[in-house]
Amino acid sequence: MGKLHTIEDLTNLRKLLTEETFRPEVPRIRLCSGTACTATGSPKVVTALEEEAAKRGITLDVVKTGCQGLCQKGPVMKVEPQGIFYQKVKPGHAKSILAYTVIGGTPFRQSLYRDNILSEPIPEMMDVPFYKKQLRIALRNNGVIDPRNIYHYIAVGGYSALEKALGSMTPDQVLDEVDKANLRGRGGAGFPAGKKWKHTKSDKSKVKFVIANGDEGDPGAFMDRSVMEGDPHSLFEGMLLCAYAIGAEYGMIYVRHEYPLAVKNLTLAIKQAEDLGLLGKNILGSGLNFTLDIREGAGAFVCGESTALVASIEGERGFPRPRPPRLSQQGGGVWGYPSNLNNIETYACVPPIIEKGADWFLSIGTKNSPGTKVFALTGKVVNTGLVEVPMGITLREIIYDIGGGIMNGKKFKALQTGGPSGGCIPEEHLDLPVDFDSLAKVGSMMGSGGMVAMDEDNCMVDVAKYFLSFCQSESCGKCPPCRIGTYQMLQILERITSGKGEPGDIERLEEIGRNIKDGALCGLGNSAPNPVLTTIKYFRKEYEEHIHDKYCSAKACSGLGVFRIEHDECFLCGLCKEACAFDAVRVTRDRFFIDQDYCTKCKACYTACPIGAVKVEKQKRQTAKQEVV
Amino acid sequence: MFVEELNVDEKIGHAREILTETQRKRGILIHAFQSIQKEYNYLPEDVLNSLSKKLDISLSEVYSTASFYKHFYFKPRGRNIVCVCVGTACHVRGAGKVLEKIEESFGLKEGETAADMSVTLETVGCVGCCGLAPVVTVNEEVVGDLNPKKVDEIIKMVEEK
Repeated sequence: MGKLHTIEDLTNLRKLLTEETFRPEVPRIRLCSGTACTATGSPKVVTALEEEAAKRGITLDVVKTGCQGLCQKGPVMKVEPQGIFYQKVKPGHAKSILAYTVIGGTPFRQSLYRDNILSEPIPEMMDVPFYKKQLRIALRNNGVIDPRNIYHYIAVGGYSALEKALGSMTPDQVLDEVDKANLRGRGGAGFPAGKKWKHTKSDKSKVKFVIANGDEGDPGAFMDRSVMEGDPHSLFEGMLLCAYAIGAEYGMIYVRHEYPLAVKNLTLAIKQAEDLGLLGKNILGSGLNFTLDIREGAGAFVCGESTALVASIEGERGFPRPRPPRLSQQGGGVWGYPSNLNNIETYACVPPIIEKGADWFLSIGTKNSPGTKVFALTGKVVNTGLVEVPMGITLREIIYDIGGGIMNGKKFKALQTGGPSGGCIPEEHLDLPVDFDSLAKVGSMMGSGGMVAMDEDNCMVDVAKYFLSFCQSESCGKCPPCRIGTYQMLQILERITSGKGEPGDIERLEEIGRNIKDGALCGLGNSAPNPVLTTIKYFRKEYEEHIHDKYCSAKACSGLGVFRIEHDECFLCGLCKEACAFDAVRVTRDRFFIDQDYCTKCKACYTACPIGAVKVEKQKRQTAKQEVV
Repeated sequence: MFVEELNVDEKIGHAREILTETQRKRGILIHAFQSIQKEYNYLPEDVLNSLSKKLDISLSEVYSTASFYKHFYFKPRGRNIVCVCVGTACHVRGAGKVLEKIEESFGLKEGETAADMSVTLETVGCVGCCGLAPVVTVNEEVVGDLNPKKVDEIIKMVEEK
């Protein structure tokens, strides 16, 4: 197909593609080929399905889609027209799925989704609890189209928002629509995208940039990755609409280097869009010029901060700098040109807003945070994966209804939101309706949307230490509050978790934390103490237990507690004695004892014991009475 | 020579028309590191030297930029790269134990390369595959949902290569 020269060309192409591409009479399998499902073997399933179909001589359309969300149960797929959803599909199942479902039209029970082994299988995708409460806007095409095929995107209505904007709207109207929809930046802080666009537009410079921030450094978040991998064109369309609204000619997508598949799919998608004339000079004859380039990051978390990202694009060290000038001002953006920087997910939300109008968007979610948000639900929940839900849903619904509750029937302890910059939310706040403001109110933040569930086996002090050590090692070192402050806090936490905590440490942590928050230069430093401060706020008891009782009730920290062998349970296997490197496990009269003088509390015997007979206990405090005796 | 073939104008992309020569040369620096690393597996000193000459950026500046980013290495790395994800999701699901076990079996600490150059052990903040935590990547292949048995498989897989 040649270049599209006018808007009508695109309309005609779509008309043709809608009829041709996903014809209902052809049996179709939409198989997830995202990173997680690829790791669990979806390429092999594709081969098996295709071979089997060829053997039986039936036409089968296998669509290799982007991430469908339910990563824990991958590879997942949907068979059409029956609409049956299969999980944990193995190449060996291909034969049965073809025979039962594609030819016979009935479900193949073995691969259907079940809540647990005893419950009835659920054949339809939308009946699976994981998908039931979801509403997909940013991820609307993930799981539907093949990201490597631009025609798929156009066939499902892609680039029709661009068509509408170029055909019937002025740039100001596009801008007003986004502003009215109150689309808040999905990258973390929640700054309204419309306002940002207006700032950039108001600058007099003739050259402007549109930048997409795909440096998704927050550990535990992968929604941007799935958009870039699974639906790159919706990102392009959002960026094109932004460029049209603010009058920009150049676009950049900054991607982390840990996402090789995203870079590959984006590069291919740019090529396809250029060939069709949807990127380049005079797009669809409207006079709009817009080009896209990819910049790969190189493993620096701080480069997700806007000014550091700009420095990195320019080929400098990724140092943040004080603002103003803002990115949207002359002298602030890349090479000094005003630049509009938004998160990937934010751009992906723009096309539906233009297509369906701001009022439609405002009708979803809460008053101050309209729309939906993608969360990466991970940690100790049963069903991990990507979920897109309307704002205002409660955390309880996300964890228990969608995520299926906590693994192995354990007790929920805390939910960490917002990555290293966020905080830990305890059970008492689980009924909180989620939006940008409510999370900030309880001391956490939306962040990029990572949600890590923790159960009773996770020690909150250890988790705080984990996040702080992440921020400390990722601190760029430019400003002292962050460089020195995080180091000092980490030292104190190391001390606490290894049993050398002192009274007053908690207060010291709080004071340093506050100072870093006030004094640091950029977002990384400002939010680095958050995990520590929120865990102190909600789990102060655990800190006190570590410091005063030298005991970790989650038994995650080594160097704490008193180790003892329960003789009633011990069956004398001797593994603890073998495991102990310090000869602290002694045998006396056919019984194992731990010699406290030699014990270094390394937990080797505790992990070695197959039946859990090694107990970690609180040190008994000597009372005054005992001392007298 | 690899650096000589580097085309500044092509690499910088479409923005080339509005940038000065200095900006263009500086702008491709990180990109250049990436291509060099792809070719040599690390950043050799002599290549950085010729890169500095080609782009008119002093060697100290080149080194300063490269050393800022975690992804660039100045020592040769092994033929296989085993990278343990220590992101949040992996951490709460026991990445620490996985790392310990792999360290033990290879006899390497994080960041070290085996003497015979067969393998380098690294850690990464997050590979974005949190649904399958804990995760390890072997070269570019992701292995998820690890348990002690699967860790043994990884070790075997690397030893065979």
